Amino acid sequence: MGNLETLKPFPDSEEMEISFGPQHPATHGVLRVLLRLDGERIVDAKPVIGYLHRGTEKIFERETYNGAIPHTDRLDYTAAATNNQALVGAVEKIMGVTVPPRASAIRVMLAELQRIASHTIWLGTHALDIGAQSPFFYTFEEREKVLDLFEEYCGARLTLNSMRVGGQPYDLTDGWVDRCRTFVDQFPARVAEWERLLTTNRIWKLRTVGVGVISAANAIEWGLTGPPLRGSGVKWDIRKVFPYDRYDEYDFEIPVGANGDTYDRYLVRMEEMRQSVRIIKQCLAKLPDGPVMAKVPKVIKPPKGEAYFSVESPKGELGFYVVSDGGAHPYRLHVRPACFINLQALPEMVRGLLVADLIAVIGTLDIVLGEIDR
Amino acid sequence: MANPWVAFLLVPLVKIVVILLAVILLAAYMSFFERKVLAYMQIRIGPNRVGPRGWLQPIADALKLLVKEDIVPERAEKLVYFLGPVLVVVPALVVFSVIPFGPAFKLFGYEVTPYLTDVNIGILFILGVSSIGVYGVILGGWASNNKFSMMGGLRSAAQLVSYEVPMGLSVVTVLLMANSLSLVKIVEAQKQAGVWYVIPGIVAFFIYFVCGVAETNRNPFDLPEAESELVAGFHTEYSGMKFAFYFLAEYANMVVISSIATVLFLGGWLPPFPNWLAAVWALPALAWIPPIAWFVLKMAAFLFVYIWFRGTFPRYRFDQLMDLGWKVFIPVSLVNLMAVALGVLLIGGR
Repeated sequence: MGNLETLKPFPDSEEMEISFGPQHPATHGVLRVLLRLDGERIVDAKPVIGYLHRGTEKIFERETYNGAIPHTDRLDYTAAATNNQALVGAVEKIMGVTVPPRASAIRVMLAELQRIASHTIWLGTHALDIGAQSPFFYTFEEREKVLDLFEEYCGARLTLNSMRVGGQPYDLTDGWVDRCRTFVDQFPARVAEWERLLTTNRIWKLRTVGVGVISAANAIEWGLTGPPLRGSGVKWDIRKVFPYDRYDEYDFEIPVGANGDTYDRYLVRMEEMRQSVRIIKQCLAKLPDGPVMAKVPKVIKPPKGEAYFSVESPKGELGFYVVSDGGAHPYRLHVRPACFINLQALPEMVRGLLVADLIAVIGTLDIVLGEIDR
Repeated sequence: MANPWVAFLLVPLVKIVVILLAVILLAAYMSFFERKVLAYMQIRIGPNRVGPRGWLQPIADALKLLVKEDIVPERAEKLVYFLGPVLVVVPALVVFSVIPFGPAFKLFGYEVTPYLTDVNIGILFILGVSSIGVYGVILGGWASNNKFSMMGGLRSAAQLVSYEVPMGLSVVTVLLMANSLSLVKIVEAQKQAGVWYVIPGIVAFFIYFVCGVAETNRNPFDLPEAESELVAGFHTEYSGMKFAFYFLAEYANMVVISSIATVLFLGGWLPPFPNWLAAVWALPALAWIPPIAWFVLKMAAFLFVYIWFRGTFPRYRFDQLMDLGWKVFIPVSLVNLMAVALGVLLIGGR
């Protein structure tokens, strides 16, 4: 552990090596970054992961398909709904099941609410890392409202376990639609409030503009997805390029940045929250009636075969690769985690910057160690 | 005061005890005030469990820190590690000896001054003594034998040294206007001038206060103890009473900066209307308020601004902080100093 040998020894230089994490207030969990510093300037950085490894992919193999869903909740634990969506989508793809329209709409709403919830955490912690305390509390107030909606729908707030192969486990509760509408109606005003606090703030701009720049070509080479890719100006969103759950029926924009810096990624995510509201409003307006579950057997036994299915999670492309041998348990279930691949670009992005920028970059990559370590 | 024992021993001793207690209590309650105000800014309630509405929280905190285990890292430089908090807290408290909280008044026939002493080089004394505090920070950071602490200590040293320059320059403008280094005389000069120095010295006032925020390591200049970067900066390894000393010193320093700003720019204990508005401030309601209350009120206003900053701003990066200090504040305060000097020459006719 540590891979210290890859950082060269430096007996005569002024450089200093520092182990940043895994217990550090700003590494969002248990990320450890080995830093080589020249004063405060970062000569090299090396993320060290694995402190939260639980062997999730192996656990999947002894679960039934529906039984694996709760384990996906614990990958990116700030975005359980999109994790659920990716797994059930992959299994449905092997089985060739089409989900009823109402179930699709519910999934889209849950996923977009989840995007809002995840982005509010990102904004709160990102701002907190950069030293602005208050947004943390403001964003968590809104997140609580989203979690209340989740709780009303499926009984859980964080680990939702909210989808099943073939559809949705429950229909919406009475009044959920109204309460959701109340939330989405007031939410854009709150986003505007946060933006007033940060977007034109001189210090915020000093700390984020031109920090952690990654060019579009580089971003693609590193395999970045989600806001880190779109911040560099690449218009790539799974919801648009490979629509799933009838995303092609909704009108929404894909916000992109221009410079690929922390500030652009900030703007992209802020706009994404507004676009999510837009999608939810459309769902609420034309919510189809009908069943929420397709005709699927009680015990899911997909035919022999394999499938890769990905969704646009709040962090990027989250894909599930399922190999079925025709039995009730997956033969192999691999996760393509967005955070893990986004984190790879960290050394590239922070080289030559200062320690304070490392914090900003970790924040802007919006990593969740549950998904990285699995 | 016939008896020299009373005049030179008893009275100063009583004053020292009163001022020390008041300052320590003030610093402790400043932390409470901060937690409460910050909480309301952040849609929280803040401490509300200990005592009525949480009013005994600072006492509970102090007791907790007193009885906590005092951990000294195994490989720390023991003596220096011990000296760090002392070097920080002593200057912060010593400075209060020259801060005038109000004018002299009569008590049991004696004339009592609500300050320990009025040194004729008061300002120099304050600037000199408060600079010692930086040694406590850098030595404490170094002695902890922790890389995060050391970086915090070094950041702090650089920050304090560079912000002392514009701070000193902005204080000089006040000296020019008041023609004295004694804090009492400066307040009296503002009384005579009939105008607080904040009006002619608005630029100096702004620079002084911003530098003051930087000097006390407070947001947005709280880099030495930037929680998200350096864990807790120079006092990462400190615990128990030693940590409490750093904590006390930080809050005492905030009170110091606010007090000096009040004295230099806001007329100290003077009521808030210049003398030519006699019609207003002769109102019985205002005249009744004791001078010391005005002083405390103005100081509290500054302390509130400190907290307000903390609730609003992100943090500067280290190099940006240096840029701001050396490339903005020092040139501006130099130009301002010359402008004020010219003004004093032309208007004051000195």
